[in-house]
Amino acid sequence: MNARWTHALDMLPDRLAAHLGVSATALALAIAVSVPLVMAMVARPGLRRPVLGLASVIQTIPALALLALFYPLLILLSSLTQRLAGFGVPALGFVPSVLALALYALLPLLRGGADGLASVPASVLEAADGIGMTRRQRMVCVELPLAATIIIGGLRTAVVWTIGAATLATTIGQQSLGDLIFAGLQTEDFALVSVGCIAAAAVTLLADFALGQVEQGVAVRSRARIVTGIAILVAIAAAALVPSFAAPAQPARPVVIGAKNFGEQFILADLIGKRLQAAGKPVAIRSGLGSAVVFRALAAGDIDVYVDYTGTLWNGVLGRTDVLPRAQLLPVMIRELKARYKVETLGALGFENAYALAMKRADAQRLGVHSLADLARVSARLRLATDLEFQARDEWTALQRVYGLKFARLRAYSPTQMVHALQSGDADVITAFSSDGRIAADDLVVLADPQGALPTYDAVLLVAPGRAATLGPVLTPLIGRIDVTTMRAANWRVDRDADKQAPAEAATWLDGKIRR
Amino acid sequence: MPAAALPMLTYRGIRLSYGGAAPVLDGVDLTITEGEFVALVGASGAGKTTLLKLANRLIEADAGTIEVGGRDVSAMPAHELRRGIGYAFQGVGLFPHYSVAENIAAVPRLLGWDGPRIAARVAEMLDLVELPRGFGARAPHQLSGGQASRVGLARALAAGAKLLLLDEPFGALDPETRISLGDALVALHAKAGLTTVMVTHDLHDALLRAPRVVVLDQGRIVADASPTDLAHSADPKVRDLIAAPIDQARRLAALAGAA
Repeated sequence: MNARWTHALDMLPDRLAAHLGVSATALALAIAVSVPLVMAMVARPGLRRPVLGLASVIQTIPALALLALFYPLLILLSSLTQRLAGFGVPALGFVPSVLALALYALLPLLRGGADGLASVPASVLEAADGIGMTRRQRMVCVELPLAATIIIGGLRTAVVWTIGAATLATTIGQQSLGDLIFAGLQTEDFALVSVGCIAAAAVTLLADFALGQVEQGVAVRSRARIVTGIAILVAIAAAALVPSFAAPAQPARPVVIGAKNFGEQFILADLIGKRLQAAGKPVAIRSGLGSAVVFRALAAGDIDVYVDYTGTLWNGVLGRTDVLPRAQLLPVMIRELKARYKVETLGALGFENAYALAMKRADAQRLGVHSLADLARVSARLRLATDLEFQARDEWTALQRVYGLKFARLRAYSPTQMVHALQSGDADVITAFSSDGRIAADDLVVLADPQGALPTYDAVLLVAPGRAATLGPVLTPLIGRIDVTTMRAANWRVDRDADKQAPAEAATWLDGKIRR
Repeated sequence: MPAAALPMLTYRGIRLSYGGAAPVLDGVDLTITEGEFVALVGASGAGKTTLLKLANRLIEADAGTIEVGGRDVSAMPAHELRRGIGYAFQGVGLFPHYSVAENIAAVPRLLGWDGPRIAARVAEMLDLVELPRGFGARAPHQLSGGQASRVGLARALAAGAKLLLLDEPFGALDPETRISLGDALVALHAKAGLTTVMVTHDLHDALLRAPRVVVLDQGRIVADASPTDLAHSADPKVRDLIAAPIDQARRLAALAGAA
């Protein structure tokens, strides 16, 4: 337990600094964009509705989707600038995060600015003009001070939203406090989630407090309060720069390892990292990447290596809907990925993480069920518990078609509840992922698929275009070395409740296991 | 009126329309000389406020020239022009985040006066508008309507403007305050050697305070005379305008006589 807290606290400074950096930059950009827009709305009130309307529309897009949307957009832009000007735009991480977060901060800033300035009484403006203030003097001496409460109110909202939403930047490869939260949620690591959330909340509250001081300082005209508030804000922004001064300069561009947002991916990324470091290469891990983002990031060279699964690549990347036997699928897929994206496949790691049906071993033996074909004989008497999406997936359609599976009852559960249903006897068969650590731990049997109805999800090691020559020699020794039992055991170390390990520890264990 | 008076405010051939069918001002010529106290009267929509605001360029004319102190107003930046002209209006528009003293000091500060000079002027202006000096530290929201109007006047005159433009200065005040402020204004006008142009829709204020009354109707000047001459005017438009207040005054006098 103690080690997990230490691990979480070790991760904190870098993530906190990156979090503050991306939030502060996004807010600065949003303010820079808002000021002329607010001035335009003040000068031409007719602009108010379309401008605020557009900002509202942006606000209705969930932050997660907005972040993900920027990625393909920037890739497109990058290929355009590459062709026109000879340089690319970084499409992963900082730039898309800043753009998306800045857009998200626009509405409260624009509304605060426009409403604030509109709240200044007409008689006061007429007086300011009448005594001979210039436009600028009127703005600085009269309008801004009188609108300050409302403007700062909008700014406070923007700050709270931005610092909160910045946790989601993790999904597009930007380090943030979300690294701790996402990793912690996926591996059920309470320490990571707590440290991430508490740090995010603390920074938000501190920034809000500082702006509150400025707001009150303006209201009661206390210079001390304004200065205090601004000093706190400057200190927060400066904290973003501390680790970059403290850390020694990176000797070379590190090898960037990508990982999606679940435990197995974290473990494998750490394993790859260990091997590369042992070979003297600096590494950086970008974990928590969205499934839709990660392959494009690899193809664009924003990350150098990651583990994906054949079924996902076949359907999600290559857009194929046919089901090929394992032996035929892999070579076709490798060829297509190379031809279409110049992505190299080093090979399959040796295990599969596929959708499967599982039963308690005791039940399976009593009913004589070893495969899905066996299951079909008795399924009419059994109850199936699935996760929330299984019944909408092609896999379920294929199972019904190929094996004629019909269950006495069919219910969807959240993953945890699904396992509870099996354990408490409310269900006889559940959906499972074949490399899930729970399978061995709960003594479950994964039912074989003799007809090949289900697509295969072999774990494969992919490297970015042009990187195979450098990374291949170091990573090829992993190919074919991780069988499903070993992967389940490694996953279980991270998933279990008692004596839970961090992914890095599980990776060390896995590394030792497969070297023998 | 001083004998060797020079023109302070001159309008020549002023035309203005806001795009509507009827022009707001339709060929106005008017000269106001130094030291005069002139009331601009007329029905609402007659163009009197517009004519006033042309002088400090809060509104710009379509055609015609305006001179203040012999200088064409369009030849200098509007903000510089306005700093030399006192302007007070019905809304007063005291800056709510400034104290009374800071409100009065607004124009001197814009002009870059030093601290002691500003402080001395604020005290002087409070005396001039007959407010206690202690009022300087008050916030605008602590003032009554009449007090706020006095501060508005002090602010308008603080930088030493010799031309004072007033747009319905007593508009929102109760009758008692109106009278005392009107008295104060006439005294101020004389004491500070001002040229004052006052727009009002109230004929009592105009006839009883101003030695010269200019009557506007549909964008034209229809009368320009002393109150006495105006009271005996044969022009039907002028008679319409002043018949009601004169009738009211007679009835009040009859009431007083009966008592």
